[in-house]
Amino acid sequence: MSPTNRTVVVTGIGATTPLGGDAASTWEGLIAGKSGVKPLEQDWAAEQAVRIAAQIAVEPSEVIPRPQARKLDRSAQFALIAAQEAWKDAGFEARAGDDASVDPDRLGAVIASGIGGVTTLLDQYDVLKEKGVRRVSPHTVPMLMPNSPSANVGLLVGARAGVHTPVSACASGAEAIGYAIEMIRTGRADVVVAGGTEAAIHPLPIAAFGNMMAMSKNNEDPQGASRPYDAGRDGFVLGEGAGVVVLESAEHAAARGARVYAEAVGQGISADAHDIVQPEPEGRGIAHALQNLLDRTDLDPAEIVHVNAHATSTPAGDVAELKALRKVFGDDTDHMAVSATKSMTGHLLGGAGGVESVATVLALYHRVAPPTINVENLDPEAEANADIVRGEARKLPVEGRIAALNDSFGFGGHNVVLAFRTV
Amino acid sequence: MAATQEEIVAGLAEIVNEIAGIPVEDVELDKSFTDDLDVDSLSMVEVVVAAEERFDVKIPDDDVKDLKTVGDATNYILKNQG
Repeated sequence: MSPTNRTVVVTGIGATTPLGGDAASTWEGLIAGKSGVKPLEQDWAAEQAVRIAAQIAVEPSEVIPRPQARKLDRSAQFALIAAQEAWKDAGFEARAGDDASVDPDRLGAVIASGIGGVTTLLDQYDVLKEKGVRRVSPHTVPMLMPNSPSANVGLLVGARAGVHTPVSACASGAEAIGYAIEMIRTGRADVVVAGGTEAAIHPLPIAAFGNMMAMSKNNEDPQGASRPYDAGRDGFVLGEGAGVVVLESAEHAAARGARVYAEAVGQGISADAHDIVQPEPEGRGIAHALQNLLDRTDLDPAEIVHVNAHATSTPAGDVAELKALRKVFGDDTDHMAVSATKSMTGHLLGGAGGVESVATVLALYHRVAPPTINVENLDPEAEANADIVRGEARKLPVEGRIAALNDSFGFGGHNVVLAFRTV
Repeated sequence: MAATQEEIVAGLAEIVNEIAGIPVEDVELDKSFTDDLDVDSLSMVEVVVAAEERFDVKIPDDDVKDLKTVGDATNYILKNQG
């Protein structure tokens, strides 16, 4: 293959999520149909209209030593934990260069966040107001900058081919992985650590999302609150965490004998140009992204058997996405098992594309689609357009090459679709 | 009541332990903050601010660069504490 159209594969995965402190426990939770949503028990939560969130299963303070952690925003802590796992999982034993199987000049990092170091920003503003200028932490800027997770992951692995931070709200994590695929496909790098992270469980984002009427206020039933495709869905549940993959050119992976989880086939990207927050109701922008994916890769709709949907549990968004699938894939949509894992993880905003790419890759690797939980009354519009995996995990075809999509869309009208395929 | 040299070293040890995770017993007069105690330039600002509060002393930014070792900081505080 020409150096500008190289095959890209996934050789490592890592995650820290509301379901578990690593990719394996997260996957177990997803397959078991477990909800990661809990009541918010912090003092500040009492006055909030929304008092539930999908909080991280393993606090980063249990993993990262305190002197290091105090210089890192929570979003960067999540990213480092997931990246460290993915890096080891890919078979690398040290930083690039120290581990001779990867050249630092050919290694990149692309980690995205939707909001960046928002808790650091707000906490330090509290310090400024309460304790004065002198007490504001000198680490504030490198902690709050949105490129902090990518820069810190770049430092962790020794990435010198380029470190990037796409920002597109809830599409950020997927855009990061798409960007990384392109870095390798076009020859800029051989290996890229890519994913998304978010840590926004703080009174201000919760109040703000709550006032947008975007979040579920089902405080009485936290585990049942995130219910994509259910007729009674009333908004998303905020989650936190990170998901990271190691992407690699197929040649590079083969040369070092790496285990390959899946091929990262490519991405389809578009923008709605419709509204700053409302999804375009017919899913035209999403359909455009799906069409771009088909036009720019050798993906065959006949081989797509699973879609990890964006589906956040908002009334408008969930159905628009399914209409787009039907519009682009027609009858091929019938053999796509559609799962909304946000029913279990909540919505990790910029972390979603990372965690859901890990889930999509594992769904192909294990040939199992995770369920969508909490669908009691399936929305007829959802049922008419797609085959939703409800209640329990579903086996995918045990033989032959199969592919899966991971959709992520963000405020601002950003649409990113990633495609993965068995090897 | 002004702090003694011993009290200042003990206080700095607690501060360095909090910020850089270095065991308190390793914080000695001849140790360099940067080279021996894992205190980078940003963390040094934190050490200075914490020391100012603890020992009622003002350490202007221009003077911070002269505080290379625990001994430098201890002597500065001994001389300038309120």
